[in-house]
Amino acid sequence: MEPITGKAWKYGDDVNTDVIFPGKYTYTLTDPAEMAKVAMEDIDPDFAPNVQKNDIIVAGRNFGCGSSREQGATVLVYAGVGAVVARSFSRLFFRNAINAGLPLVQSDEAVDALEKGHEVTVDVENGKVITPGGTFEFPPLPAAVIGIFEDGGLIPHTRKALGLD
Amino acid sequence: MLDHCAPAANEKFATNHKEIRAFVEEQGIESFYDVATGVCHQVLVEQGFALPGRLILGSDSHTTSYGALGAFSSGIGRSEMAVIMATGKIWLRVPETMKIDARGRFVPGVYPKDLILKIIGDIGADGALYRAVEFGGTAIEDMSISGRLTLCNMTIEMGGKNGYVHPDQHTLDYLNGVARDNFEVVKSDPDCEYIQELRYDVTDLEPQIAKPHTVDNVCDVSEVAGTKIDQVVIGSCTNGRIDDLRQAAAILEGKKVKNGVRTLILPASSEVLKQATAEGTILKLMESGCIILNANCGPCMGNHEGALAPGEAALSSANRNFKGRMGCKESDIYLGSPASCAAAAITGQIVDVREVVSAEILNAGQEV
Repeated sequence: MEPITGKAWKYGDDVNTDVIFPGKYTYTLTDPAEMAKVAMEDIDPDFAPNVQKNDIIVAGRNFGCGSSREQGATVLVYAGVGAVVARSFSRLFFRNAINAGLPLVQSDEAVDALEKGHEVTVDVENGKVITPGGTFEFPPLPAAVIGIFEDGGLIPHTRKALGLD
Repeated sequence: MLDHCAPAANEKFATNHKEIRAFVEEQGIESFYDVATGVCHQVLVEQGFALPGRLILGSDSHTTSYGALGAFSSGIGRSEMAVIMATGKIWLRVPETMKIDARGRFVPGVYPKDLILKIIGDIGADGALYRAVEFGGTAIEDMSISGRLTLCNMTIEMGGKNGYVHPDQHTLDYLNGVARDNFEVVKSDPDCEYIQELRYDVTDLEPQIAKPHTVDNVCDVSEVAGTKIDQVVIGSCTNGRIDDLRQAAAILEGKKVKNGVRTLILPASSEVLKQATAEGTILKLMESGCIILNANCGPCMGNHEGALAPGEAALSSANRNFKGRMGCKESDIYLGSPASCAAAAITGQIVDVREVVSAEILNAGQEV
């Protein structure tokens, strides 16, 4: 996997699935481009109009808490987000993000070092986050998880494994 | 199971439901519950799918509910569910377990909902992150299956992977005639190690309220007493069972909902609604001015049947108060027990239910 470089968008603790992708849109917005327009709508209306491809979300503890709806992860992929760096993740978001092909990094040091607008590089394969305040290491993700990322998510990964594609 | 926005509010939802029905037919799925049934977390229990020792995974975060009957149950994403359907496999990490030991007796006007809100407020939205949460102690042993379902349902609100109560005589009595299959009771080893143990005495517990916009923003009811409420929601998979509706009806009986307060009754299942209708509970609620909704997820996730307007506030017995959850990001959602909700319906504000009705009425509501 190539390293991902983008600008940081910084948020606090307990960013929940309803502010990432409001529940009221769960069944009414299904087109990826339309979904991308409401990403983070209830926490930061400036996000969706301004996010650039490979930008990185930086957040506090328990990012993605709440619903099992995987739109919380897919909407960020559709919006172009390259990775999420946080102090911790909710378990459902953690699974959904991997399955959607969205890299996650758990690192207190990187979160401390990053502010909104900073340039940041996430190197998933080598377990490094490069920030203006220094480079921080995190345990590289297991090969199985990187395999899911490389295939573009769990569904394409499974279809490939089952010989369906 | 079609429970979110059921029956469909518009063409988009209707199309989604249509596609699901077509898939069910194509795949020959026998256990399919259409829009007339209720919320999955109640229906799976009523239908005897939730059994001790079972591993149950569902594509909804409140799948943690079934631990109330001694199952290990947890939420997963929909892609994962599709992969399970295709391959029969999933990876799961064995979580560390924390124990919550609750003792004492609930006083009239205080309920399992108040206990779980108190715990979530104390340890925070990530206080049980990725952990199994085992509820035990005399207060849990005395607790009905309904109350245990409320605890386990909301375990996800503190980040838990699952909630669990040791199956006991209450469990076996409940399952008698309900269980679909044989089951094996699986309990924690007597010498197992817990990563953390917390103790609560429910005797001194006050009614608890979660304030906007996170479930862990919890306080005693007195701290927010007087907050004006425009809408009350009594029900949901968290607190929409027959005992919840009876408690609300006991408080509202002979009284009127305050003018302008929309008071929505949201039964957890059609079975609950049938029972509440047959015994007269629904009539009492209607005579007080409540609106009876069909059993589904309804306003809990803001799709239909009672959205809020900007500047409005709701008190709900459901499980989440995230910003925008009831359809409007400029509104406030508070969470509390069905009794606290009924008291707010009468007074139009958050109030300690014990100041609205007598302990005798609260006791009667619990014993019906």
